[in-house]
Amino acid sequence: MSTSIDFLLWVRGPGFDIALFIFVVGVLIRLLEVLILGRKPDYSEPRGAELGAGLLTLVTRTAPEGGSFKRSPFTVVGGYIWHIGFLVSLFLFVPHIELIDSVLGIRWPGIASNLVDAISAVTIVTLVAMLFSRLSHPVKRFLSGPEDYLTWLVTFLPMLTGYLAYHRMIDPYPLVLGLHILSVELLMVLFPFTKLMHAFTFIIARWYNGAMAGRRGVQS
Amino acid sequence: MADDRKKLSMTLGESLRQQGVSRRGFLKYCAATASMMALPPNMVPAVAQALEKARRPSVIWLSFQECTGCTESLTRSHSPSVENLIFDHISLDYHHTLQVASGDAAEAAREAAMHENEGKYIVVVDGSIPLANPGYSAIAGISNLQMLEETVAGAAAVVAVGSCAAFGGLPHANPNPTGAVSVGEIIKDKPVVNVSGCPPIPTVITGVLAHFLTFGSLPELDALGRPMVFFGQSIHDRCYRRPFYDKGLFAETFDDEGARKGWCLFRLGCKGPMTYNACATAKWNQGTSWPVESGHGCLGCSEPDFWDAGGFYNALSIPDSDLTRKTGYVVGAGVALGAAAGALNRSTRAKAAAKHETVTIDDLDKKS
Repeated sequence: MSTSIDFLLWVRGPGFDIALFIFVVGVLIRLLEVLILGRKPDYSEPRGAELGAGLLTLVTRTAPEGGSFKRSPFTVVGGYIWHIGFLVSLFLFVPHIELIDSVLGIRWPGIASNLVDAISAVTIVTLVAMLFSRLSHPVKRFLSGPEDYLTWLVTFLPMLTGYLAYHRMIDPYPLVLGLHILSVELLMVLFPFTKLMHAFTFIIARWYNGAMAGRRGVQS
Repeated sequence: MADDRKKLSMTLGESLRQQGVSRRGFLKYCAATASMMALPPNMVPAVAQALEKARRPSVIWLSFQECTGCTESLTRSHSPSVENLIFDHISLDYHHTLQVASGDAAEAAREAAMHENEGKYIVVVDGSIPLANPGYSAIAGISNLQMLEETVAGAAAVVAVGSCAAFGGLPHANPNPTGAVSVGEIIKDKPVVNVSGCPPIPTVITGVLAHFLTFGSLPELDALGRPMVFFGQSIHDRCYRRPFYDKGLFAETFDDEGARKGWCLFRLGCKGPMTYNACATAKWNQGTSWPVESGHGCLGCSEPDFWDAGGFYNALSIPDSDLTRKTGYVVGAGVALGAAAGALNRSTRAKAAAKHETVTIDDLDKKS
């Protein structure tokens, strides 16, 4: 008998194992191959410290540069809203914290589920608006390739299915919960091989920019 | 036997009047039955009329690979009580657990009931049916499969009581050594109602029979063949602890402050969100309480394969495997492969550097 429970058991069992394997191994390979390659030794006399400047840049680059905000306020504000909304939904919803605890053995307090619900709704609407803007703005559209639409889709689906699951909008519930987990597994599988890797590599990039400028004694 | 047949030909109304049940008492009973079936109050006269005219249908109860928990549950039904059900509502002609001491006489009663009520009787089944080897479960020398097929052939409908009969239940759990299957996997040509649960709520078992008696038809069913009126909503949706889930207030152990305050049991493994049953509304033990009210999460016993759906005390969002150990291996594999990729890149760079030829202006002049 093939039921929605069978589907849920598969995505929670073998499906999750496969996705976790590809995600963790993929991310580690991509990070280590960059880090191990290293850079040529710099024999010049340093004019400043790398550490402080590197760490500072990690933080300062989070704030938008004034010019880009003036040029495209919608992209900047929309980008912030959905990134924060996505991270809040991912890391502060109690069922997700349970999952992270079971994988990594670390936990933290969550926030009220209906608050996560409201934030998710805003995030979903923003993601749709961002896609609309990407499609309607001639420059953004010109700059966008298939990978951009693919990464949008695999980011959007977990939010959408999560919202549907929370509100139990698809019957039976095991089906919609299974679809939610499956959509996350799709995200995990594609993550290491697409520009979604920026969630890890932004640290390396910002650090390098900051540390390099710090060594040369200039502002990054 | 002649008395029994006379009783069987009487309508329920006649039978009740004979037993001295007043009209007022009968209507009260009808109101209780209607409310249990979630019918609006204006349906009570219709229920009364139908029940009064109803003839007691013959019921044959077959028990296969089961633990008798379903029968135990049925005999604790409070509305209608099992006595009500047996004496007023139905003619329970065969129940092998209750008649076990009768031996051949019980088998004869089953066959007599089948012949006399051809096409009209209801078969209630609890327990799954082993297909791997008929010898795993047999009654009076007849294999479960054979007895089910024979008995159902002339039945009006089949009610699969309990998760074993409805979905295979515990005997069907991985690796399913007896090849256990549900009733619905064998019976394809008769209506089958699944009254799942381990055990099912007693009032739900009797409610389905009362519905058949009142309307002469089976209730509306969900995708898993369960009556919508009892299985239409999830435990989570009807749970009185739901507001705590919404507020993010969860008990973390069975005796912490949250548990004492009645907070949500999701973290302690409650499967309420994926479980469809009437526990939160019908409750157990004459409406006294139900698992979540008594402080324990829902096990999800009315859903297929609930035995294989991960630990009872793991939150629903946790995958079913030893993740901490697996994560360790996966990180190890990732580091090893990443180091290999890094080493490969370094060697490519070193080779490129070694192959690099320095060119001076003189060399270029010579070439031109």
